[in-house]
Parts: sequence; C-alpha cells; structure tokens
Amino acid sequence: MVPLSYYLVLSGILFACGVTGFLIKRNIITIFMSIELMLNGVNLSFVAFAARWQQLSGQVFVFFVMVVAAAEAAVGLAIIIALFRTRETLNIDQVNLLKL
Amino acid sequence: MAALQTMQGVPQAGDYIRILPEIVLSIFGMIVMLLDPVLDERRSQRTLGGIALLGAIAALAATLYQAQPRFWGFGFFDTVKLDAFSVFFHFVVIAVTILVILSSYEYMEVQQIRAGEYYGLVLFGTVGMALMSSAVELVLIFIALEISSISTYILAGFRRRSAISSESSVKYFLLGSFATAFFLYGVALMFGATGSTSIARISAALADYAGTGHGPMLAYLGVALMFVGLGFKVAAAPFHIWTPDVYEGAPSPVVGFMSTAPKAAVFAVLLRIIFEAHFSETVWLIWLAAALSMTIGNVAALVQDNIKRLLAYSSIAHAGYLLIAFASLPANGIPAAMFFTASYAAMNVGAFAVIGHFAGHGERYVMLEDYAGLGKRSPVLAAILTVFLLSLIGIPITGGFFAKFYVFSAALQGAHPLMGLVIIGVINSAVAAYYYLRVIVVMYMREPREDAPVAPISAGLGLALGLSLAATLFLGIYPNPVLKYAALSVGLLH
Amino acid sequence: MPDNDFVRSYLPLLIHFLLAGALAGALVLLSWLIGYRKPTRAKMSPYECGMTPIGDARARFSVKFYMVAMLFILFDVEAVFLYPWAIILKDLKRMGQGLFGLSEMFVYIGIVLVGYWYIWKKGALDWGLTISSPQAARITRVTRSGGSSQEPEPELVGVAGKGGL
Repeated sequence: MVPLSYYLVLSGILFACGVTGFLIKRNIITIFMSIELMLNGVNLSFVAFAARWQQLSGQVFVFFVMVVAAAEAAVGLAIIIALFRTRETLNIDQVNLLKL
Repeated sequence: MAALQTMQGVPQAGDYIRILPEIVLSIFGMIVMLLDPVLDERRSQRTLGGIALLGAIAALAATLYQAQPRFWGFGFFDTVKLDAFSVFFHFVVIAVTILVILSSYEYMEVQQIRAGEYYGLVLFGTVGMALMSSAVELVLIFIALEISSISTYILAGFRRRSAISSESSVKYFLLGSFATAFFLYGVALMFGATGSTSIARISAALADYAGTGHGPMLAYLGVALMFVGLGFKVAAAPFHIWTPDVYEGAPSPVVGFMSTAPKAAVFAVLLRIIFEAHFSETVWLIWLAAALSMTIGNVAALVQDNIKRLLAYSSIAHAGYLLIAFASLPANGIPAAMFFTASYAAMNVGAFAVIGHFAGHGERYVMLEDYAGLGKRSPVLAAILTVFLLSLIGIPITGGFFAKFYVFSAALQGAHPLMGLVIIGVINSAVAAYYYLRVIVVMYMREPREDAPVAPISAGLGLALGLSLAATLFLGIYPNPVLKYAALSVGLLH
Repeated sequence: MPDNDFVRSYLPLLIHFLLAGALAGALVLLSWLIGYRKPTRAKMSPYECGMTPIGDARARFSVKFYMVAMLFILFDVEAVFLYPWAIILKDLKRMGQGLFGLSEMFVYIGIVLVGYWYIWKKGALDWGLTISSPQAARITRVTRSGGSSQEPEPELVGVAGKGGL
C-alpha cells in the first residue's frame, strides 16, 4: 500500500512543475501544456483523497476536470490559431501590442 | 452503491424550477446554435440577436417566477440552493445580459462582425454565471465557473481581424486557466481536509475540527488557493495584471459584460464560501487584497489615456471596495456587497455601452482626447456618460453613492470596526474622483482636436442606455427595496 | 506473493490480451500471405496522416489538422460520462428509475448532437471534397487559402497591428 503522502507529494511536484513552466516558458503552446500539467497534478490529488475518504465524489470530480480541460484545450487552440493568424508568432514576448 | 444510497430519488418538478432560468437560457442558446449555420450569415445577426434577447427576457421572467418563496430550497441532490441570495444574483446577471445584447446589436453591425455564435456564447456564459450564484457544491461551482470563463475567453477575441483583440483573448485565456488550476487545487485540498465538496458539509466538518483544537492546515491552504483563483476572476489585486490588457483589446459590449456579470457571480461564490463555511480567519487576507486593489487600481488609473484601460483600473479599484464588505460582519457585509454588485453592474454596463457606441468602426476612438468636445457634439451621449462616471465616483443620487456608503458603514459596525480599511477606502475614493472628473472635463471643457464622428443612437442601444441609466438613478434615489431584499439572505448564508 | 484469488482476478485481462494479440497477428499475417502487392513510390513512403512525409519540417500545414484534433478531443472526452452512467443505470433500474436514467442520457447526447450539427453545418468537418452548406463553402474556401498560400483573406486573416488600432 502506497501511503497517501506519496501521491500528494507527487501531485504537488506536478503542480509546481506546471507553475514553473507557465512562468518561464515563452512559447504559448508550451505555456498551455504547463497548465494542463497543473490540472493533472490536481487530478492526482483528487483521486488520492477519494481513496483516502472512500468517497466517489473525488473521482467524479476528476471526470469533470478532464472534460473541462478538454473544452479548454479546444478553445485555447482555437484562440491561439486566431492569434497566429494576426501575428505570425507564438512567442509570448512578441505578443505585446498591449502593454502589460 | 454508496452514491446511490445518499440520493433522494430522482429530481422532482421542484428541482427543475430551481434551475429554470438556466434551462431557459440553455435552450435558447442551443436554438441560436442550431439556426446560426443555416441562416444567411450576412443577415442572420438581427434574427439571432432577437432570439437571444427573447431568451434572456424569458430567463428574467423565470427568475421572477422562481422568486416566490414556496420554491426555495435545495435541489438536485443538494447541489443547488434557491433562496433570496441566488434569486438576487440571477436577476443581476440576467439583467446585465439583456443590456449587453441590446447594446451589441449596433456594435456588431458597426464593427462588421458577422458571427451569430456571439449571442449563443453570451447566453451560455450567462448560464454559467447564473448557476454559480445558486451552486452550493464545489463541483458545480467549478463547472459553472468554467462555463462562464470559457465563453468570455472566446468573446474577448471576437474582433477577429484585430490583433489586439486576439491578443487580449490569449492573455485572458492563459491567465484564466492558470487561475482555474489554482482554484481547483484549493478545492482538492479542501476535499482532502473535509472529505466533501458540499459547502454545507465542509462547514460542518470544519466545525468538528474547531472542537479538537488543532486547525486544519490543509483546509486553510485550500481556501487560500481558492481565493487566489477567484480573486483572479474578479480582478482583485495582486491578481489583477490581466485586466487592463484584456479590457483594452476586447470588444466594448463584451467588456461591459465581463466586468459585471461574471464578477457578480464570482462574488456570490466568494460570499457563500467565506460566510457559509465560516472562514472568518481569512479576514486579513481579504483586508490585504481589498487595500491593494483599491490603491493599485486608483493610482494606475490616474495616468491612463485610453478610456477602456482607465475603466479597467477603475474596475480593479471597485473590486477592492467590494472586498471591504467581505471583511465585515456578515449581517451588514452581505447586503452591502450585494447592493454594490447590482449598482456597479448598472453603471458599468452603461458606461461601456457608451464607449462601444462612440468607438466607431475598428474601435478607433477610445483615447481620452477623442472625447474632447463630446459635450457639444453629442450632448445626450455626454450627459449619459457623465451620470455613469459620477456614479462611479460615488456622488449622491446615483447608485454608486449608496453602494460605497453601505460598504463603508458595514465595515464600521461590529466589535472590531475596520477603521484602517475604511480610511484607505475613503482616501481612494477621493483620488478616484480625479480621473473620472478628468473625463468629464475633457468632454465639456475642451475643444475637439480631431473630429471623431458620432453616429446617431440606435433604438437597441438607446433602450440599453435608458435602462441602465434608470437603474443607476433608481438605486441612488430609492435604494431601500433592493437593500431589504438583499438583507433577506443574511440569515440564509450565516 | 499475493494470494491466488488476486492473481486469478486478472485472468480475464490476460485472456483479453492474448486474444487481441492473436487477432491482430492473424490479420497482419493473412494480408501478408494472401494480399496482392504492387509497390509504388508513394505507397512505399512512410505514412504520415495525409501529409507529404519528406521535406522541410518547418513547412506549414493546413489548419484543418488543428481543427480536427480540437473537435476530436471534445467529442472523445464527452464520451467519458457514458461510463459512470453505464454503471449506475442498473441500480437505477432496480430502483424503478430506469426510464429516467435512460432519458437523462438522451438529453445529454441530444446536447452533444446540437454541437455536432453546428460544426457539421459550419463546415468544420469538410476536408474539401463535399461541402455541406453555403456557409461551409465560404469558410472552407477561407481556411484552404489560409492554410496553403500566403494571400491574406480579409474575413479571417488580419494584418498585424493594423486592425483595431
């Protein structure tokens, strides 16, 4: 039996990897993948907690997260294509018409 | 099957009535989607907009039908709760939708955006926002939040030919998903700490913890992460950086929409989480966010020359004022916050409707200097915008005055008055008056440098402006009925 | 060593793997034995989903690939809700709510179908041979020219920094 804390640590590491990727990567697609990594880290802790509490709701939540992540991916890709059409670049540093 | 044993049978008619506005909106949204591809896209705008308008009005009627107390209660296996609180926010969100659809008519024509799915997305986004205000289960809150967010990500990029619009859409999308992930991690930790995703059961589990003496660290971490996620959605500092960029690039009616309706809905979620789950220990977090939002928003707004950016910073500042109510005691804070969202929605949608009308094709005229001499060229438009700006300052007889008044007085009541926060708030209001007045001064006192054309006001826009003007003034002259209705929900949340 | 029951519970899985492997192997073997072969240059080249496999890796390819990928993700993942429903339906039937469970899934599939109708009529599924509506025809024209050539299409492709400023 793998203890709960292992899962939680792994999920925390995945989430942190995602956050780091989001902050340091420059390509929009890679940034987007980092967000997916964060979501999957969260999913892992949901499943681990669901096993801990013997509650199905945690697992069902993961289903919903997966579906929402897919919807987000579709919308995100579409938005990124729209951006590429107007800007011809996917580098976040060159997407700077609006000052941040 | 443990899941089935806890179910109380199948949903009854009452369950469906409790989500009636959402059902109506979804059906009309789907009708728009079904008709959009088969109609001639060059002429379908008006038809689809009309259907969407009809749907939103039907949803408003459904909300009024729901408002009868005999329908109140839990529904769908305790995932939604219909009460005065959710009815209030349903009304605000759907009313904003109606105003936005009305003001979009003309805007879409002027911008030559031919896309019927615009109205479908507005309706679907409204479904999410309405659902957020009645959801009492974190799963449902998450889904509703995403329905509303994903719709607004797309809407922000609707001026497809414009580079800044797609840029704003990408920024909104990336940072929004980032925030969602934080919210979700918070939910996961909360689930881990309490073994439930229902707000009522979380609250009970936390009360048990309080008895044992040791604080549930996991739950505190969870609520802090959820606050990060939700704080982003309402553009509260320090999670506000996306706001000016997104508001500048997005189409004006959409900005009017996303600066009011989703915010109202997310504030509803925050109210439920903070007051219903008794997270009063997080007050210092809210205190800090409120002070930061007000100060950063107002100071940055002082130097803006683009009116959309200016109002974006003003919206950050208003999120800060509103958060003051969250730090107050529930008995005063909840009605104050609810009143604030309603009056802010009325004036901000109106202001962005004026801006969208004046911006012209390709949103060319959005700089402050373009507004020079507007008082002479279009006295009606200038007068209307002036009322909204005065309301944003918080001048009496406008809704903005009572909104701020109630929030500040709520903060001063109770055993531990939030004197510091109120002082910061009052100083900020004074600072804010400067940049709003600057717009008014430019409109009336300065000669136009370049003749920005002013198109005549169309019927739809006129109606939208009239309604939001009426709402702003009504809330400013006769606020009691709204406040009383809002006060009904104090006992329900506490 | 875990107990025997535990191992035995995985026996169906083993059988499944063996059967699947045998079937796949048999099909490949059969087509290799009795198939009729006439190699050409194009047929011998590595397969890559309808694109020319050899050439500059930086070459642009049609945006339709993205479109199909996006739509695939959506409709693929929507099927995930069928699994919990399938499991719970039997219990619902025992409770006398079978009809309710069934109708709920029809509502769900109906909503998915609305989306399907939308993308179909919008022409997102047309690869260029058949065109399902006049609106789809326009969009197909736009995406095709946007994907293969550089000519700017006023409806969908804007010029950086020009529009909206």
